[in-house]
Amino acid sequence: MIAPAKPDLVTVNIDGQEIAVPKGTNVIEAARLVNVDVPHYCYHPKLSVVGNCRMCLIEMGMPAVDPATKAPIMDPATGKQKINWIPRPQIGCGTNVSPGLHVKTTSPMVKDAREGVMEFLLINHPLDCPICDQAGECKLQEQATGYGRGYSRFVEQKNVKPKRTQLGPRVTLDDERCILCSRCIRFSKEIAKDDVLGFVDRGSYSTLTCYPGKKLENNYSLNTVDICPVGALTSTDFRFKMRVWFLKQTIAIDTESSVGANTVVWSREGTIYRITPRRNDEVNDTWLADSARVLYKAVKAVDRLAATETIEALVARAAALFQSAPGAIAVVGSGRSTVEEQFLTRHLATALKASAQLVSRVGQGDKLLISADRNPNVRGALVTGLIKTLPAQQLTDLATQIDAGKIKVVVAINEDLSVAGLTTAQLAKVSIVYLGAHANATSAAAKVVFPTLTVFEKSGAFVNQQFRIQKTLKAVPAAAGATDDLVVLAQLVVAAGGATLPAELAALWKAIAAEVPTLATMTFANLPENGLLLDATPFAALPFVEGETLHYKPAQPAVAAAIA
Amino acid sequence: MPAPEQHRIIFKHIDEPGYTNDIGCYLRNGGYEVLKKAVSRKPEELIEEVKKSGLRGRGGAGFPCGVKWGLVDRKSGKPIYLIVNADESEPGTFKDRYIMHQDPHQLIEGTMISCFANNVKQAYIYIRGEMPHGARILEKAIAEARAANFVGPNILGTGYSCEIFVHRGAGAYICGEETGLIESLEGKRANPRIKPPYFPAVLGLYQCPTIVNNVETLCHVKYIAEHGGAEYAKIGTPGNTGTRIFCVSGHVQRPGYYEFPAGTITMGQLLNDVCGGPLPGRKFKAVIPGGSSAKILRFGERFKGKRKVGTELVDYDWGVEDVPMDFDSLGMIGTMGGSGGVIVMDDTVNMVEALANINAFYSHESCGQCTPCREGSLWMKKITSRMVHGQARNEDAALLKSVADQIPGRTICAFGEACSWPTQSFIAKFGDEFKQYPETKKTAKPVDAVALV
Ligand SMILES: Cc1cc2nc3c(=O)[nH]c(=O)nc-3n(C[C@H](O)[C@H](O)[C@H](O)COP(=O)(O)O)c2cc1C
Ligand code: SF4
Ligand code: SF4
Ligand code: FES
Repeated sequence: MIAPAKPDLVTVNIDGQEIAVPKGTNVIEAARLVNVDVPHYCYHPKLSVVGNCRMCLIEMGMPAVDPATKAPIMDPATGKQKINWIPRPQIGCGTNVSPGLHVKTTSPMVKDAREGVMEFLLINHPLDCPICDQAGECKLQEQATGYGRGYSRFVEQKNVKPKRTQLGPRVTLDDERCILCSRCIRFSKEIAKDDVLGFVDRGSYSTLTCYPGKKLENNYSLNTVDICPVGALTSTDFRFKMRVWFLKQTIAIDTESSVGANTVVWSREGTIYRITPRRNDEVNDTWLADSARVLYKAVKAVDRLAATETIEALVARAAALFQSAPGAIAVVGSGRSTVEEQFLTRHLATALKASAQLVSRVGQGDKLLISADRNPNVRGALVTGLIKTLPAQQLTDLATQIDAGKIKVVVAINEDLSVAGLTTAQLAKVSIVYLGAHANATSAAAKVVFPTLTVFEKSGAFVNQQFRIQKTLKAVPAAAGATDDLVVLAQLVVAAGGATLPAELAALWKAIAAEVPTLATMTFANLPENGLLLDATPFAALPFVEGETLHYKPAQPAVAAAIA
Repeated sequence: MPAPEQHRIIFKHIDEPGYTNDIGCYLRNGGYEVLKKAVSRKPEELIEEVKKSGLRGRGGAGFPCGVKWGLVDRKSGKPIYLIVNADESEPGTFKDRYIMHQDPHQLIEGTMISCFANNVKQAYIYIRGEMPHGARILEKAIAEARAANFVGPNILGTGYSCEIFVHRGAGAYICGEETGLIESLEGKRANPRIKPPYFPAVLGLYQCPTIVNNVETLCHVKYIAEHGGAEYAKIGTPGNTGTRIFCVSGHVQRPGYYEFPAGTITMGQLLNDVCGGPLPGRKFKAVIPGGSSAKILRFGERFKGKRKVGTELVDYDWGVEDVPMDFDSLGMIGTMGGSGGVIVMDDTVNMVEALANINAFYSHESCGQCTPCREGSLWMKKITSRMVHGQARNEDAALLKSVADQIPGRTICAFGEACSWPTQSFIAKFGDEFKQYPETKKTAKPVDAVALV
């Protein structure tokens, strides 16, 4: 008999390989750990198990024991304990490990079961792969390669169902492709808590639809498209735009809020086509808000700034402004900048002997993947020492100082000062050096404008609400006329009389690691894709505004006043 | 050998002249006396009687009732529910309907005894959606029983309270599958649940321990409570105790319902002696012994093997007529006693057409959750419909068999078996007819032939 390795671990045998897995693991997940793939459709690690597709059927057995004495029954041929194999295949998704469980995934019974299910799934499937967006990432295509017959025995009429139902503003449904796995229904009910999807009719005529008078329009609707194993649910935005195999995948972070959901950016030849979630069981599981998926539109937005002068000329003009007002300069950094940019911003402020501040951006959290703090990186500013206290939403102090004539030059990074409470008159009263990707009232009023990059055009790190530092990588080249924020900032630091700092990430991180104790042992290259938790104790007393979201509980109750 | 006499214990008053379904009539006939005695006994004693009786469920699977009650999780601290499965929809089955229409108080008494035995405080009668009349009768009967303090709070002054609610089904065959029924009762689509983990005895209605029993089963419980388990076990044969009700339909002289001690009557006795044999000038061709999902038998085939009689193994060599109509004997010859619906077909029936009819039913009734049943049942239907209405091909028989073989044992619920067994058995036993069908179709049909689905 196989002795359990640890009390909470259960040893199982999968295709002859033994492995100890945590109690409660199902056979699909246990098999994954020994690199055995159990094909499946309806099972999703983050949803309830319903066992309806029957693709995951496996052969299962338990060590034989004498019913009376409970003594193991040995197999004289092998000298090992005999295994009682169950004569019917069992579902891997719905079967949790138990001590001594034996699983076969390659036996004739399993092969036959998989082939049967595959054939059944295909008989009424329209097989319109050539025009289907899912082609290339379709589980049906994938498993058909392994378990499909290669020809059809089905000579009857296929079922006819609605081909293009708008389930909501962002999701289009092709019912003929639906394999009725119910993932989308379970997601809506269990994760989005917006129970709007269901099946009508029976048997093979079952049809997915929205309940009468309802729409699939919550801010998580596109997750149903992600988890739909086939091309039934498609993103209306992405539909018919691009074949997925042409797209380059780049890891990124959702910068909408301090949750920092992990994403993949899909691009081709400098154009982004879609953003999808990247699994991180500590942050966003496999989910992503719809609103996070349209952020890429900022890259090609009509209001992108483009430089008409060389960077050297711009830096020279900024340097002149700096020299014109020693001691009367303010720096407004950003909670939307990367850790690296914030580090350089701090050096700029120091070199200018200016105080640095951030603008807070607070909204209602949705308890899932959008937190109350709509800045993705306030904690980065704390960690890098750019700020010591939490930012306010209005730059009231700065306004007073401008009115009093104490501040004459403002360096604004990615922040529209008019939104942060400065009046047109106040903007006119000071000389502004602006760094940003898009035009706004501040860039219009600025004396010097550095067109910089959107998050998709650069690499860097963000520190989310959990104090998890996560990296985002450059998906597409910089827009024409825009310069990397790091290059601009490094040059401004020199123009302000500061030290020469690298603008290139690997080198810059040496400087960061040397100066910032929390990041002392890190390099950018070493940052794991799923991020790294930083020591948050130095900041434990700060009244952060976030309430509870997925995988995050505030250390102290959110400050009501901050939201109001 | 002549057929034994009918022994009506459940159908005692069915069709009895002057017997009405109101409580007055029931009381005049000794009604609720068993309940009165039962509530003065220990619940465990009643469960023990049911175990002793050997009663097997009459809903189809023949699962021992006492064992089922023994599996109920009584330690969870959650309430225990009892559900009366009155969804009777298996084609060929029409016994529960008569109990509910003509003798509803028998069911209510049996239900209350079972509730008391299992400490159930709330019971539901889930009645088939297409039986509105039965639902009205039951509601009236429950109201009468409530007024007489047989149902409701503080029953007969014992301090024990229990309510019965009638719930009208959602109009689908799958609502009869116990976990589908539970989903439906919870207000959802009747999609059967996966087992494990959702065994009704542990995680049933509202995730509480739940007993699901067929209407007839609970009537047997009443009889057992009255006469004792040992006495009940004397009726019928060992392993198949009590009586069985057969609903005979199709090509016999006297179709109808007949109640016999289980295992004492053979198929031949039932069809020939009791039901009067085939219609004039016809010959029996085939019979489905336990509701349309049971595997079909072909007259003329023989079954040989060894069976247990007492402790001994004896040889048997049976024709269809010789098979005793009990769970075990029918199981031995590869079919099942099921719900007791005996469907008889004579030599006027074409087996392809008969199967087309059955396939139409099952493809229409699959809930559609799991792939093999959902797709397989409709595929088989499409094939047999095409054979009948369009072009029949020589290779269709082999294809049908292969499709059917991909379904059973791979689905969430036993509907997978129910929808594939007909095709498997029709092809196995009447393969010749399927092969000849392209030829058969060329001969003209009788003008009065019933339209096919
Ligand atoms: C597809 C399907 C349909 C069923 N329909 C019925 C039904 O209509 N009535 C019934 O009593 N049992 C039906 N059953 C059996 C029930 O699931 C359950 O086993 C039965 O109600 C238990 O009662 P018993 O133990 O008293 O027989 C059905 C089972 C299946 C798989
Ligand atoms: S639409 Fe997609 S996710 Fe939803 S049930 Fe159909 S196949 Fe499954
Ligand atoms: S076997 Fe058929 S009826 Fe049963 S759950 Fe599966 S699809 Fe539904
Ligand atoms: S994954 Fe669908 S049944 Fe297991």
